[in-house]
Order: sequence, then C-alpha cells, then structure tokens
Amino acid sequence: MSVIKEYWHKLSSAKHFYPIAGALLPWFLIPALLMLIWGSWQGLVVAPADYQQGDSYRIIFVHVPAAWLSMMAYMVMAINGAIYLVWKIKLADIVAESAAPIGASFTFLALATGSLWGKPMWGTWWVWDARLTSELVLLFLYLGTIALRGAIDDRQRAGRAAGLLGLVGAINVPIIHFSVEWWETLHQPATVSKFSAPSMHSSMLTPLLVMALAFTLFFFAVLMVKIRAGILEQERHSRWLSALYAEAPETTTTYSPEGEPGRNG
Amino acid sequence: MITTALYKQFSREMLGAVRQPGDALAPVVFYLIVGMLFPLALGSDPRLLAQIGPGAIWIAALLAVLLSLHKLFRSDLDNGYLDQLLLMPCPLFLLIGARLLAHWLQTGLPMLLVTPLLAESFGLDYALLPVLLSALALGTPVLLLLGAINEALTLTSRGGALLALLVLPLYVPTLVFGSGAVYAVYFGENPAGHLSLLAALALITLLFAPWAVATALRISID
Amino acid sequence: MSPMSEFFAMGGYAIYVWSAWGLTALVMTANLLLPLRQCRKLRIELEQPE
Repeated sequence: MSVIKEYWHKLSSAKHFYPIAGALLPWFLIPALLMLIWGSWQGLVVAPADYQQGDSYRIIFVHVPAAWLSMMAYMVMAINGAIYLVWKIKLADIVAESAAPIGASFTFLALATGSLWGKPMWGTWWVWDARLTSELVLLFLYLGTIALRGAIDDRQRAGRAAGLLGLVGAINVPIIHFSVEWWETLHQPATVSKFSAPSMHSSMLTPLLVMALAFTLFFFAVLMVKIRAGILEQERHSRWLSALYAEAPETTTTYSPEGEPGRNG
Repeated sequence: MITTALYKQFSREMLGAVRQPGDALAPVVFYLIVGMLFPLALGSDPRLLAQIGPGAIWIAALLAVLLSLHKLFRSDLDNGYLDQLLLMPCPLFLLIGARLLAHWLQTGLPMLLVTPLLAESFGLDYALLPVLLSALALGTPVLLLLGAINEALTLTSRGGALLALLVLPLYVPTLVFGSGAVYAVYFGENPAGHLSLLAALALITLLFAPWAVATALRISID
Repeated sequence: MSPMSEFFAMGGYAIYVWSAWGLTALVMTANLLLPLRQCRKLRIELEQPE
C-alpha cells in the first residue's frame, strides 16, 4: 500500500515527472507519426472511392479522429482539473492547462473539416447537424476555460477555477450532446446525417481506426512536450532545475554579455 | 439553528429587494424589452410572430437571467458580507441555496408573471400558455443556478464579457428542451417528453449547483 | 489523365479534400512545434541565467 502511495507521489511530483515526460515523448511521437503516414497512404490512395460520395468522403480520415480527440482532450482536461481541485496536485493543473489548447485546436479542426465535407455533400458550408452543433458548443466550452484561466492572475486560483468549470462542463457535455440530437430529430426529421456510413468496408474502416489511434498518440506526445514546458515555466526558480541545466552559480559570471545566443532567438 | 440562519439569509435578500425595488425589477423590464425587439426586427406579420414567439420568449428569458446574475454576489463582495458568509457555522451550500431561492423569487417569478403579456404580444395561442409557463418555471431555476456557478467563478477575475462566454454554452440544453416543449404543443404533439427532460435537468442542477456555487465562491474569495 | 494527376484531382473534390488534409497537417504541425520551441527557449533561459 505504502509502495503504491509513494509511487503515485513520485509520479505526481513535477520534479519526477519531468524526465518521465521526456522519456515517454518518443514512445508516443514515433508510433504516432508512423501510423499517420500509413493511415494517410491507406486513406488517400489505397481505400477505394465511396460509391455515393466519391472521393470527398476521404475527409472522414481526418474529420472523425479530430472530433474524437476533441472529446477525449476535454475529458483529460476535466479529470486533471478535478484532481487539482480535490488533491491540489500541481502536475494535474499543468496537464489540464496543457490539454485545453490542444483540444480547442482539434475541435476547430473537426468543425473546419466537417464544413469542408458539408459543402460538396449538402451544398452549404454549414448545416445545423447535431454533431457539428455540439462540436461548436464544445469549442465555446474550451474557449471559456482558456479565457477564465487567462482572466485570473493568481496561478493557484486560476487552476482551481478552471478545474471547477471543466467539471461543470464535463457533466454538461453529454447533456448538451443529447439535447442537440433531440433537437435535430424534432426540427429536421427529413435530414439524414451524411456522416453516418451504414456499413463501412474494412478497407475504409481500418485506416480510420489507425488514424484515430495516431491522433490519440499524437495528443499525448504534444501533451508531454507541453507538460515539460509547463514544469520549466512553473519551477523556473527551483533548485533541481538549476542543478539540471544551469552551470554552478559562480561560473555564471564568466559569461560575457555578447555570448548569449539563446536570449535573442 | 441552521434553519434560523437560512431564514435570516433568505429574509435579508428579500428585504433588500423590497428596499430597492428598481434593482429587482430591472431583469423583468429587460425581459419585456428584448421581447419587444423581435417584432421590431422581424416585422409584424402575425403568422411569423406566432411561430417565432416561443423561441423569442425563451431567448429573452435566458438573456434576462444572464443580466440578473451580477446582483447575486457583487455588492456583498464589496461590503465584505461575503467573507462573513464563508465563515458562518452553517453549510455554505445551504446558505447559497436560500439566497438563490430569494433571487429566483425576485427575478424568475416576476418574469413568469409577465410572460402572458409577452405571449399575447406575439399572438401565441392560449393553448401554449400553460406549457410555456411550466417550461419557464422549470427552466429559469436551471438558468439561474448554472449562471450562479459561473458568476461565482468570475467574481474576482478580469474581463466583462467572460461570464456570457462561460454561461451561454451551458444554457443550450435548457433552451432546447424548454422551447421544444412549447413547439411540441404548437405542432400538435405531446410536450410531456420535453417537460420531463427539463424536470430531470432541473433536478440534477438543484442537487449539484449549490455545492458548485459554494466551491466556486471559496475559490474566488479565499 | 495520368494516375498522378488523377490522384490530385480527387474525383473533382480536390479543393475540399486537400484543404481539409492540409489544414489538419497545419494544425498538427503547429501543435507540435510551438511547444517544442517554447520548451527550448525556457531551457536556454535556464542554462544561461543573467
């Protein structure tokens, strides 16, 4: 029991997680890139054109993974925000803060690619389709948490406020999703969602799943980088970081002012 | 002990409204004015007005509740009463609940009372009125409670439009179920499904929101 | 039509398909490179304190 506790304590401390995040990065990034390349090749070249939508359906290989990631990133953000709210683990706050912009950018991507798909399929850039609408609401939820964090100067208070807001949002996301679907069946009974393929051939389904997995791994790769940046930012003045990177204090005087290439770049 | 504290909290809020009735009435007047803007923007075609009426009334209600939120905690934050509230030997979420109830009686209830006026100005069928009123009666507390969480969160932060950005996305389900109930009757269908969803939403919000408001206040003030 | 230009034509949907994929590439690249650059900047600051 105490071993597990100690393990979690270590894992959740910024000092210990910093090197772990660095070590994990290639394990997320390299498979993600390989799968992205393979999935793109399969999705763009190998998979046959759809008998109804022609080649335009190939947007699915980026649209659906982006939409999936937008939801998953929100959950990662909300869970870590809640952890920070309850246990005040600094690392969880850094994770929540890091996940929000990634999630927001992929929500935007899901909306943009959905719109690019909708134009040839529906004839307009925007249709009040249930999925697009709830993605739009999700984007506003992301922007809200990011804005709330930005509006509070005190780091600890900003983290707790964003954590609570994320929690409220996480309870509301399924309700919003359900309500928008309920709304669509009421107001547009004739519209058939073009995004739902009744039966997908494996030559299309496999690349789609691979792309979804690739996006997920990519998210965690970016998250690791952002966590490292967040730790560097927050623990700037801590001793362990100076010990890791800076020269010993007395040697710093040997630096001449013109010998500082990094400060301009 | 707790009941007297709650009663005191409640009556304090109600007395404030009696002493300054203009403050309490502003959201109701706002509600009527927004309702009036729709015919001015869209023209006076009676058929069109009757069709957009339920949705327009819901949007007016939503904005009126949003506008009323700044009265919840701001003045008590300035005069220091809120700090005392946090120290009271009584669960904060109950005190918050009493306060929110008083707030709803001052804004939500008057809005319900003037809704028939708005409905008449849109030329809504009288058959819609009971559903519209019950949907608003279930929906406005949800709007108020969700708004109160975010108002408490943004109490000591910068930025004026932030509250609306945080709150409005959360209002989507209430708006969908609430106006959906009225439109169900409008199209000759049964509104029971919408109303029960709205009631479920109200129940969930009533259970969780006072706790969330209390937590948010502690975050903002501590 | 050569197979290559046929591939880029995407059955007449070239604008939509390629802008969707291009946008995705852009967003993903930015997501990866910006934090990497920030990380490097912070590290350099740490290595060379004033």
